Amino acid sequence: MEGLLSLFVKSVFIENMALTFFLGMCTFIAISKKIETAIGLGIAVVVVQAITLPVNNIILNVFLKENALIQGVDLRFLGLITYIAVIAAIVQVLEMTLDKFAPALHQALGIFLPLITVNCAILGGTLFMAERDYTFVESVVYGFGSGFSWMLAIIILAGVRERLKYSDVPKGLQGLGIIFITVGLMSLGFMSFSGIQL
Amino acid sequence: MTTETRKVLLGPLFDNNPITLQILGICSALAVTSSMNTALLMSLSLTLVVAFSNMFISTVRNHIPSSIRIIVQMTIIASLVIVVDQILRAYAFDTSKRLSVFVGLIITNCIVMGRAEAFAMQNPPGISFLDGIGNGLGYSLILMSVAFIRELFGSGSLFGLQIIPLLKDGGWYVPNGLLLLPPSAFFLIGILIWILRTKKPEQREAAEFRIHEPAKGEYH
Repeated sequence: MEGLLSLFVKSVFIENMALTFFLGMCTFIAISKKIETAIGLGIAVVVVQAITLPVNNIILNVFLKENALIQGVDLRFLGLITYIAVIAAIVQVLEMTLDKFAPALHQALGIFLPLITVNCAILGGTLFMAERDYTFVESVVYGFGSGFSWMLAIIILAGVRERLKYSDVPKGLQGLGIIFITVGLMSLGFMSFSGIQL
Repeated sequence: MTTETRKVLLGPLFDNNPITLQILGICSALAVTSSMNTALLMSLSLTLVVAFSNMFISTVRNHIPSSIRIIVQMTIIASLVIVVDQILRAYAFDTSKRLSVFVGLIITNCIVMGRAEAFAMQNPPGISFLDGIGNGLGYSLILMSVAFIRELFGSGSLFGLQIIPLLKDGGWYVPNGLLLLPPSAFFLIGILIWILRTKKPEQREAAEFRIHEPAKGEYH
């Protein structure tokens, strides 16, 4: 239990998906203009991440691991294509389920869900899970934690950007340039967590 | 070389750079720039994947129904990335271990998908291949320049060869540890964008709000 809690804290603060691994940067920068949309996208990422990681974990252990499906055959080289297919499928299913049972939520998340398929944070989480050999329970915790870390980061950035638009930025630095510097400073702030021993 | 080929091949280097102008493909780019070796390998892998995925997708572009085109593109890209990943594991095992998950993440790199969708779906294979090479080079250019600064000033070496003698080995240079940490990559790219946009003013973004200039006598 203690191990799981420290894994959660580690995945949120020390190994923040966006700020220490730079994952999901394209969407991170493109959709962080307003806090409301950032929260919507953040929630969608948490949900998808918390579902896909355990599912991919099962697939890895049941089908792809050495000797799992057929004795003496290691199918791990097929990992990449399997994971991305699983992610795309889950996003599609999730979208249809939400549309049927929670139309209001679907309205709110609708435009973000397809974007998530190509969000590197999702695939990155799965690949880290595969590289570090997490168990099923650990993968649930890691999936939730890493999704949450990404959401935290995008909400902070959106908050900063809402203020930033009123400030007087040098001409060439306007827009993309200043966002990079801001994210760098945020990332520097999160570095301070890296000293924590768990 | 005709003008069109030149534009397709060299345009993405400065005029239409995928990273600094189109904000594509920064996802997996920054974490691998702490040394020139990993950056070079990553650039090579990405350039090959973009070029070949562009070529293959453009070859089958007239046979893909538009409703499932994303899945078809994904499958082609993922297969190419698997090939690259296996080659790296076979011939450059140490560096591929250091690249860890980032080779796999080429699949979700927006440059690959973006070029497939924006260029390869409308153009014949030959020119699509060149477009892939061009965009790969634009990506490589940014990656290599960031890695150059980070490795040179962060550990005093280039490609692992010691260029500046470090203080701890009896030299004079105290390495700047910040440059080896993740945040420095953000600062460097931010500054690169600043330089590029100062040189090329047409790439600047307009401000969302203008600060009101106080009229005379309005100061209190």
